Amino acid sequence: MELIYEPWPWYISGPLIAATMFVLLYTGKQFGMSSNLRTMCSATGAGKAADFFRFDWKKERWNLMVVLGAVLGGFFASTYLSNNTVEINERLADKLSNEYGIHSAGEAYMPTEIFAMQNLGDPLVLFVLIAGGFLVGFGARYAGGCTSGHAISGLSNLQLPSLIAVIGFFIGGLIMIHLFYPLIF
Amino acid sequence: MRYITYVLIGFFFGIIMYKSEAASWFRIYEMFEFGAFHMYGIIGSALIIGVLGVQYIKRNNIKAMGGQEMQLKPKDKSIARYLIGGIIFGLGWALAGACPGPMYVLAGAGYISILVVIAAALFGTFVYGLLRNKLPH
Repeated sequence: MELIYEPWPWYISGPLIAATMFVLLYTGKQFGMSSNLRTMCSATGAGKAADFFRFDWKKERWNLMVVLGAVLGGFFASTYLSNNTVEINERLADKLSNEYGIHSAGEAYMPTEIFAMQNLGDPLVLFVLIAGGFLVGFGARYAGGCTSGHAISGLSNLQLPSLIAVIGFFIGGLIMIHLFYPLIF
Repeated sequence: MRYITYVLIGFFFGIIMYKSEAASWFRIYEMFEFGAFHMYGIIGSALIIGVLGVQYIKRNNIKAMGGQEMQLKPKDKSIARYLIGGIIFGLGWALAGACPGPMYVLAGAGYISILVVIAAALFGTFVYGLLRNKLPH
């Protein structure tokens, strides 16, 4: 039984992600998890404000169904298949604890200091969630894709633009963790 | 019926994201600190199989369901949009510790705070749409 709760190793997870992409390709669609944000904007009337959202979003309803499935998958996995803790590199768990005041590594799936509901009123937490989300949404559309769209789909198709985007993802991530984290946390 | 297929695909993807821990903030942090091979292994192995499979599809001209073309259109050439957009995305990915797929998975897993991230991501997408014509592409 313990086996069910164990995290899946990378060599199981990676091939399964590739399989997800192939199934989507076979259904005539593309694997990418950020275009649904544009679809949602369009569906809620953003087309009145910008051309970018003026398209037949009903044709893109399938990606909202994938989103619904991902929500259900998250519920199922966290409820039945996981003990909801993540063990990371011990040195980094100590660093998070000592330097950034995040003590929940090894005890939780997400840092409770940022993601526990009772901390939602903390201005710093709100800043992290809102700024993080905004940059992800803005950047994904600007770059024409996110991790799944560029790092998996695009690179699988050997597209140079996707390589440039993925290099950008890492430049941004490294700047955030190494330059901004000490200032923010 | 077709919609159920997409819900199922999303469902399996959600389980993979959660069980692989790619949806965990801690794993994203660890990746940018080069603290473990885990995330690189996930992306790398997905990619190796992805490249092999896509090349196989192209060489053998394999069609999607119903005989339609596979969606493997090349992206428009540009450096500015992919580099600047990519850097902005990366800053957010490392700050919120979540990219668009895992956000929904975490919402399902009961992290109410992630709804703030999703709402902000929607707003970010909206603002991009407003500014699109003024940005270098």
